[in-house]
Amino acid sequence: MAEISSASAKSDRGFLTPSGRGLFGWIFSTDHKRIGLLYLYAILTFFMVGVFLGFLIRLELIAPGRTIVNAQTYNALFTLHGVIMIFLFIIPVVPAILGNLVMPIQIGARDVAFPRLNLLSWWIYVIGSMMALASLFGGGGPPDTGWTFYVPFSTEATTTNVTMAASAVFVLGFSSILTGVNFITTIHRLRAPGVTWFRLTLFTWALYATAWIQILAGPILAITVALIVVERVFGTGMFDPLKGGDPLMYQHLFWIYSHPAVYIMILPGMGIISDIIPTFSRKPIFGYWAIAVSSLAIAFAGSLVWSHHMFTSGMSDMAVFVFSLLTFLVAIPSAVKVFNWVATMYKGSISLDPPMLYALAFIVQFLIGGLTGLVIGSAGTDIHVHDTYFIVGHFHYVMFGGAAFAFFGGLHFWLPKFFGRMYNKKIATWAWGIMVVGFNMLYFPMLILGLQGMPRRYFDYLSRYQPLNVLSTVGSWILVTGLILMFVNLFRGLLRGPEAGNSPWDARTLEWTISSPPPHENFEEIPVVDTYPYDYS
Amino acid sequence: MSSEAHKDYAGAKLGMWLFLFTEILLFGGLFILYAVYLFFHPKDFAEASNELSLFFGTLNTVVLLTSSLCVAVAVSALQKGNRKLTLILLAATVGAAVLFLINKFFEWSDKISHGIFPDSPILTERVPGEVVFFGLYYITTGLHGLHVLIGAGLLIWVFFLVRSGAVNEKDFVTLENAGLYWHLVDLIWIFIFPLYYLIL
Amino acid sequence: MDLEAGHIVPYRTFIFVWITLMVLTLTTVLVSRMDLGPLNIWVALGIACFKSGLVIFYFMHMQYERLIFRAYLFVALLILAIFIGLTFFDVLYR
Repeated sequence: MAEISSASAKSDRGFLTPSGRGLFGWIFSTDHKRIGLLYLYAILTFFMVGVFLGFLIRLELIAPGRTIVNAQTYNALFTLHGVIMIFLFIIPVVPAILGNLVMPIQIGARDVAFPRLNLLSWWIYVIGSMMALASLFGGGGPPDTGWTFYVPFSTEATTTNVTMAASAVFVLGFSSILTGVNFITTIHRLRAPGVTWFRLTLFTWALYATAWIQILAGPILAITVALIVVERVFGTGMFDPLKGGDPLMYQHLFWIYSHPAVYIMILPGMGIISDIIPTFSRKPIFGYWAIAVSSLAIAFAGSLVWSHHMFTSGMSDMAVFVFSLLTFLVAIPSAVKVFNWVATMYKGSISLDPPMLYALAFIVQFLIGGLTGLVIGSAGTDIHVHDTYFIVGHFHYVMFGGAAFAFFGGLHFWLPKFFGRMYNKKIATWAWGIMVVGFNMLYFPMLILGLQGMPRRYFDYLSRYQPLNVLSTVGSWILVTGLILMFVNLFRGLLRGPEAGNSPWDARTLEWTISSPPPHENFEEIPVVDTYPYDYS
Repeated sequence: MSSEAHKDYAGAKLGMWLFLFTEILLFGGLFILYAVYLFFHPKDFAEASNELSLFFGTLNTVVLLTSSLCVAVAVSALQKGNRKLTLILLAATVGAAVLFLINKFFEWSDKISHGIFPDSPILTERVPGEVVFFGLYYITTGLHGLHVLIGAGLLIWVFFLVRSGAVNEKDFVTLENAGLYWHLVDLIWIFIFPLYYLIL
Repeated sequence: MDLEAGHIVPYRTFIFVWITLMVLTLTTVLVSRMDLGPLNIWVALGIACFKSGLVIFYFMHMQYERLIFRAYLFVALLILAIFIGLTFFDVLYR
């Protein structure tokens, strides 16, 4: 824990100052910053597990046939990699860690609206993640359904521990929903005087839009996975044609949540980028209003398009047509953001500090992810590449190349604020470079493999696919090297690095005006704001 | 923890309403299934619906609507400083919740004693549309019953807070929020009742 | 932050609403015993919507809340309606 470093408490360590209650001072703290760090430690732990599983998947795929694991173990590997990376990492990562750390300060509040509920959310997250881990060991072995738990395999065929894994997802869903309730109320009620809706930071806007998705789509996931459990225990036949149910309805319900969930993952990342780019371009953000509104537009449009995951499922042609059309709507607000970021950088005085480098990588990789998304959003081409590695490549470009890179950028941007110390920027830049090379080497070949017809979720493949698979696996080694370098450098710096000062990047939003690390309750006196957040002119 | 001495009423109520939205969407998932399966099997749904007890359904509707009235009046009574009336009405509401659950118990046990429960040999013999109707019936009313239980628990907790004076005419948002939750339970039932008991 | 006194709704408003709800319950039961074909379900849903409107606006005080609460409720219901409606693009045309 970070407290150890504060032994040399010459300077004021703010909220990191030991409370005298040791570990309990952390796990029962209602301070939003401590809760944010609790999430950081918990979520990064699961991220490591997820990375390790992904690493094993790539290792298995280095050659056709059995390499290191058998087929059943491989099924469990990709299922758990998916469940952990989606539900334990990428959904909570930005709102729960950076949202908790930064958002209340950015709006000039002392804490979130419901601090105890906030702590409860963390505990629910921990309980849910423990249940997810327990599914590895109990019952009939680790689940092998893929993270989507499609029926009838999940309800009738598999003997693995799907019940426990689905229950875990149910519990984790609640953590996410409660965080959403808390954030919307906070942004409504606790803005400091002068922080009008159009003086909010764009990161806060993104969290606000995200929180709405968490509230309105989250419950659908809860009921869907609850139905999986009910089916397995009671056999009510909700999705069983023999009992009058319809398996396609499972897919509808699942994607009614899980498609909007994609925006829970990417929107906060876009918010981070919108905060980083003006700071390191020394220019006011271009099109503030357009970026803020496009966050809401993405959240809304995201709830109209779920069935584009089902083009080959056998649903009606009318639905294929309508959902394909609607899918293209989402591209508009996403593109609006990209244009505005680029326009912000135009003629700016750009400094390539680590956060900015991550933001730049985000834009390029998100662009590839987004444009390949259009390929599969149009029903015609999707039928060719559905369930191939093209899909795997696409969503890793969006989720890892986009959301996770934005998160890493956010860590490099904000963590010095919360620890009061700076990491080694040179090593951070190297780590970034290695990760970008590794990432693209890992996932770009997948796009090609998919177009050539290699199906996903098999532990074996035709030998003609081998060269690109080897390239991809080597890429995974490079990426993991970069990740390790990044985290070691980051945490070494935060614990032992030189003092960072209150505003190491000379940024203008409220969180940089208070001391580093921020004190308990952030502000001695609630500030009165009369400026626009990106005032760099 | 917080140095703010007073409570933010509007914030507390906003938070509660947002939470209620999640509850509406939670049941919403089941209503989506209902709508689709009704569309697929309209005849079977009507047949199966006729087997449910209209008497118990209507009785429970009356019970819940009346309990909702009690909670609504209880809030006004507390605002006016009439603590005694508030306590009586809260107790009446909890009583109504218990009555509701007893009715539900009889209703379910009647069905179960006739061999109609999920995956039972008698039920699975019947046409698919009826099987899925009863499946949905058990899941929806079961989930609703769970909410009745939680709501009653909340009201009992608030009852003691009112009695001890922790919730009073100056600080009644806890009662109001618990009341909102109870109204939601009523609200869901307003839709369950016609959809499951009145289909012809 | 404003400390809101809270609007006190008179008892008789609630009792009047309750009587209306009872009458509507009776109506929906009676109507359901008549064979109106597919119209039955729509009448039942219409009455249910009206009843829930009464509960939301009076019992749940929505009538007296600020506009933003009503706007948010509208958004939540709109999204649910979208979820149900768009699903029928598949179901209706299968």
